[in-house]
Order: sequence, then structure tokens, then C-alpha cells
Amino acid sequence: MNRTHRTRTTLGLVAAATLALSACGGGGFEDTEETSDGAAAGPAALEVLIGSSGPAETDAVTAAAEAWAEESGNTAEVVAAQDLNQQLSQGFAAGSPPDVFYVSSDLVASYASTGAIEPYAADMENADDFYPNLKDAFTVDDTYYCAPKDFSTLSLIINADSWAAAGLTDADLPTTWEELSTVAQTLTTETQVGLSTSTEYQRLGAFMAQAGGGLVDDEGGPVADSAQNVEALDYVKQMVADGSYKFAADTDSGWGGEAFGTGKAAMTIEGNWIKGALTNDYPDVNAIFAPLPEGPGGQGTLTFTNCWGIAADSDNKEAAKDLVQYLTAADQQMAFATAFGVMPSVQSAADQYRTEFPEDAAFLDAADYAVAVPNNEGVSDVIADLNAQLETLGSGDPSAILQSAQTNLEAVLGSS
Amino acid sequence: MTSPATTKERSARPRGASASRAGQTSAGWLFVAPSLVLLGLFLLVPVLMAAWVSVSDWNGRGSPFAGTVAFVGADNYQTVLTSEGGLQARDFGTALRNNFWYVVLVVPTQTIVALSLAVLVNRKVLRGRGFFRTAFYFPSVTSSVAIVLVFLFLFAGSGAVNKVLGWVGINGPNWFSDPRGVLHLLLGVVGIDQGPAALTGNGFLSITWWEWLAGPSVAMSALVILAIFTTSGTFMLLFLAALQNISGEVEEAAMMDGASGFQRFRLVTVPMLRPTLFTVLTLGLIGTWQVFDQIYVGTQGGPAKTTITPAYLSYTTSFASQNWGQGAAIAFILFFIILVLAAFQRWVLRERTTVPRRKRYLTTGAGR
Repeated sequence: MNRTHRTRTTLGLVAAATLALSACGGGGFEDTEETSDGAAAGPAALEVLIGSSGPAETDAVTAAAEAWAEESGNTAEVVAAQDLNQQLSQGFAAGSPPDVFYVSSDLVASYASTGAIEPYAADMENADDFYPNLKDAFTVDDTYYCAPKDFSTLSLIINADSWAAAGLTDADLPTTWEELSTVAQTLTTETQVGLSTSTEYQRLGAFMAQAGGGLVDDEGGPVADSAQNVEALDYVKQMVADGSYKFAADTDSGWGGEAFGTGKAAMTIEGNWIKGALTNDYPDVNAIFAPLPEGPGGQGTLTFTNCWGIAADSDNKEAAKDLVQYLTAADQQMAFATAFGVMPSVQSAADQYRTEFPEDAAFLDAADYAVAVPNNEGVSDVIADLNAQLETLGSGDPSAILQSAQTNLEAVLGSS
Repeated sequence: MTSPATTKERSARPRGASASRAGQTSAGWLFVAPSLVLLGLFLLVPVLMAAWVSVSDWNGRGSPFAGTVAFVGADNYQTVLTSEGGLQARDFGTALRNNFWYVVLVVPTQTIVALSLAVLVNRKVLRGRGFFRTAFYFPSVTSSVAIVLVFLFLFAGSGAVNKVLGWVGINGPNWFSDPRGVLHLLLGVVGIDQGPAALTGNGFLSITWWEWLAGPSVAMSALVILAIFTTSGTFMLLFLAALQNISGEVEEAAMMDGASGFQRFRLVTVPMLRPTLFTVLTLGLIGTWQVFDQIYVGTQGGPAKTTITPAYLSYTTSFASQNWGQGAAIAFILFFIILVLAAFQRWVLRERTTVPRRKRYLTTGAGR
């Protein structure tokens, strides 16, 4: 009897200890009492989590945050995430997310739906200065959530040496699909294909935009299977069949920039981030940045952007807003542009950018007509599935691929 | 344990002995307490939390036990398992299809390879046994991330594997970006490019039977080779230990009975390895159904979703798509699949009551 009793006591102790410990661990899950609405007394200690493209970006953001901290009497610690989405998710779940962080436009809707991010952007001093299509990218159900930190657009990247070797001049820069096919054919040699991109929607979507199509229409209804989109994919498929266009994976490259940099392709379609790759990895390649050609539906390209998200659970929201205000000011954005090659998200910096980086005109000019990747909740899964199917575009049926994307989109958006 | 008989027996003993036994028991509990606490804290509690998340509408913000999180019953399971789930259900079906072929190819092959290697390096006549044992075991102690990266280079379109294939006139595929199913390719060779309507029209778990029949994609096949390469060494070690436990007399006796080398292996060695075989198959089954790191590092589920697995899908559904309930549900479905398969395999490999050894024991017992 004695033994059983003791055993029970010990067991009980173990169980209690387990529970107590887990309660400590679980304590973090409970929402901490907010003293006031984000205005903590005294200097604020901000944590900034960024998905950095490399040391240049991390250093530039750290320097800017430190300058702000100096000026405002607060502190700001910049952390470059290994896996931004995962680390953010952990922060949200624990109720202690970083105060300021990058949010890509395709995730803003899902963070907005859980109430994890603060809709602060409409109150900013320079709210009207941001490009309208970038603001749209961070607007969910008419609420404008966060301020775009910078943006990129897709352009046609041309290897200047191959271009000259093929006897082409500035007058030959393609302005229509027919001309693009022609120059791609001209540039194709034994060892080099004319044009190479990855197969994902984030590249081929530019052709859809040029054909006048897209995944969603102006009212937000699903139109993935439109005739324009089929035309765009048929055009791509035709070029692949002609041998003047190869997908990056078929040239043993991870992305279009690699195929271009290693000389396996004479042209690619990429964003302005390719400048960094060219400088660091392929310094011997001379590139020309040209606008993408017009399709049957006029000019079209895609734009990509991240915003400065502020956590709804942050204790220092006012300080965080102040920091974002500082980081999105025109002169600070120009500093970022110089440091790691992004384009400022405010229109007031456009002229200065154009003067300092004249070769980037194609990227910046595209801001006027570029469309953002749809940001509705759940659309990123649809695009992921579309991308998976687009990998088989070379042998697949464009209308069947788009039809299945349409079915998935309808499930997410509701049919129009 | 506490049947009346034992209690009576114990109370009849001198008191001192009982007290010291009790002291030992509590000392025992004390010693296992740290690991019990750790297991409870880092295994049991998270599992229970995940179980709750899989039946709740938790959205990833704040505590899953907060008042705002509601119980939604089997909704998450339903989304994943039934066709109403659309994209999610098809992804899950695809993931199961991919992983099914992966398991079917990896588990038997790695077991056979491991057993053969073990028999090989167990031979006393083999020169440099130590070297071969180390060489075969080496992939198992290397970081799987490192091996995946090496394989990515080896199996690149212009990589070493295709170069070697080129010597014998085979134009190798672009392994890690080829989504075509191997079985579909084989069927294509004999002229079958489209499945019959019975297969394309009907399906299981939101993908058609014809898609189930695709077999592993070329990319997945490369991962199958990788898995066999890395795990065979570990299991070779288990088989080797078991082989060395079989005493030489058994082998000699079989030899005296006139059994040939292959007969000795099939009828004596393998049956005596049954417990190890069970361990190897179980570990193999669990490991292959949970394959994650190769996918995360190597292919990210591509090409064309032919390498997504339930474990990877659970991760992306939770962390990328923020559908925590569905992610947890996928994890639990995977858990049940593994449980059922392990139980089935235990039943298949059970010790049958009619094994000859036992019979012999009974007859000698009766004769005595």
C-alpha cells in the first residue's frame, strides 16, 4: 500500500512539474495586456525583421534604423531572417512578433484576415506620394494596410555583346511580339538560346498582361481562362517550339538571371534585382535593359513589392510608424536604391532615381502600366498550383492549364 | 500487478525489505523524472496542442487556446480528404501519391541492399572488411542536406550522372526538373499515352486513378536513389549486428544437413533475422512516410508538385498558406497512415505458432 501511495505521489509530482513547465512555455501564447494602444512610455526598443537579399541590404537597413534611433532617442535592432514567413508565423503565434517587418504583397491578405498587421498606412504624412498600383497591392477590402518599401518591375534584359554580334542595333529593340520572336530567333545560336525565363506565372504573367489578360479582372473576378491568357501562353509555346525560347530549368539554370549570366541565353525577362546578380556573379556580362514589347493588348508587365508591416501586437506602434515614415522618405529610399538596387516606392524620388540610374529607365517607366500579382487571400496557393502546371507548358495544353487555374480561382474568389 | 496474491505475499515479508523496495521505486521514478518531464513538455504537450489545432479554426495569431479560437469539428480533415476541398484536397492526394511511390520503391530496396551489404561485409574471407563497413556506413553519418546538394549537382541536366549515361548512349533526362511519371513514360513506350476512361474518370482522394498510376516522377526517382543511398548503411549496421549474433554452430548444422549456401541464407539466416527485419522495415516505413528535409532543401515540392509529400505539404500549408488547422490535420492523417501500416506489417511478420523450431522443442519436452 505504502509503495503504491508513494508511486502515486511521485507520478503526481512529475505530472504537476510537466504542467507547470508547459504553463511557463505556454505563457507566451497568451496575449499580454497592452498598456495603451501602442504608446509605451519612455524610449521604445523596436525589433525589425527583414528578408534580406544579402549583406548590402542588411547593412543599409541597419544603418538607416540606427540613424533613426539616434535621432528619435529610441533603439532599433535589425535582424535578417533565415526564413521570413516562418519566423513571422512563430512571432504571431507567440504573441510577440517583431515590431516592423517585410510583408510581400501576396501574404498581406492572409495576415490582414487574422488581424496580425496594423492598418496604419493611410495616416502617413506622405501617403499620397506612393505609386497608386503599389498602394493597391497592399489594400485588402478597401483598407490600405502598409506602406510599400520599394518595388521592382520586369523588363527585357539583353546581352549587349550577343546583340552586337548578331548584327542588331538599338533600332532593332523589339516593340511587338513579332519583333521579339524575330530577334530571339536571330540571337539563337548553337550554344545560346535567344530568350530564357523560368516558367512561373511571375514571369509568363507579363505576356498575359501584354495580351490584355490577367488572373483577375478589375472587379476582382476570376478570369484565368480568358482568350487573352490562352493567346499569351500559345505565343510562348510557339517560341519554345521554334527553339528560340527555353525555360530556365531546361538550360540547367535555377532562374532566368542564371541562364542569362552564364551565357546560355541572350535575353531574359527579369526584374531590377538582376543588377545585383550581374554585379556580384557575372561582372563580365554587359546588359541592356529594354522595355518589354507590346502585345495585342498593349504594354504590360508585372510589378513586385514588399511593404513595411507593423505588428498589431506591437507595444510600440507609434514608434514603429515613425520608423517607417523615416525609412520611406524619398532621400532614405534613394540611399537604399544606391546600396542594393531597389526602386523607390514614392513618386517624388522618381526624377532623382532617373538621373542617378539612367540605364534603369525601362524598369522605372514600367511603373505606369505594370500590374501587381493578385493579392486576394488564397490566391498565392492558386498561383503555386498554376506554376506547377506551367512547368509542363512545353508539352502541355495552355487552355487546359488555364482552365484548371480558373477552377481553383473560382473556389477562392467566388465565380463572377 | 496488485493482484490479491502478490499483496498478501508482500505483507507476509519482513517490513524492512518492503520499505527498501519502496525506496527503490521512488528513486527509480526520481531518475526517470527529468526525461518524463522533457518528453511530456516537448512531445506530449505539443502533440495534444496540434491535435486541438487540427480541429479548431486557429489562424496562427496568439494562443490556440484563446477564447476567440473555435472548435470546428472535422472540417479541416474534410477539406483535405474530400473533393469539396478543391485545391487543398488535390494537393493532399498528390502528396500521398508521391509519397506512396516513394515508400514502395525505397523500403524494399533499401532493406534488400542493406541485407546484401551486411552479408557481404560479414564474410570473414573479405579483405579490408573495416574499410568497406566504414565506406558503406559513411552516407548515413553525413548531413542529409549536404548529400542533397551533392545530388542536385550530380543529377543536373549536364551533370555527372547524365555524362555517364551518355557513354552508353543514353540521353539522360533533366532529373530534378522532369515532372513526368516513370510508369506513364513506360506505358508511353508501348504506345499508351492516355488512360482508359475508367481510370481517368474516377479517382481516389481528388486525383484520378490514372494520375495515381503515373508512378514517381523522374525527379522523385532521383530522390528515391538518394534515400536508398543514405539509409542503406544505417540498416546494414543493424543487420550486421544481428548476423554476428547468429552463432557459427547453426550455420554448421545446416551445412551438415546438406543445405546449399543459398538455402542456408534463405531458410536459416533470414528467419533468424526476423526481429531485425521487423525493426528495419518499421524504421524504413516511418522514415520514408515522413520524408521532409530532402524536399525542403532539394526540390521544394517541384517540378509540377511531383515531389510534395504529406510532411512537406503540412509545413507549407501551415507556414506559407497560414492554414494551421489543415496543416495539423495533414500531420495527423499521416500519423494514422504510419500507425496502420506499422500494425499491418507487425501482423505480417508475427511469429507463427507453427514454426518448426517450436515444434521440435515440444517433442523433445514430451519425450523427456
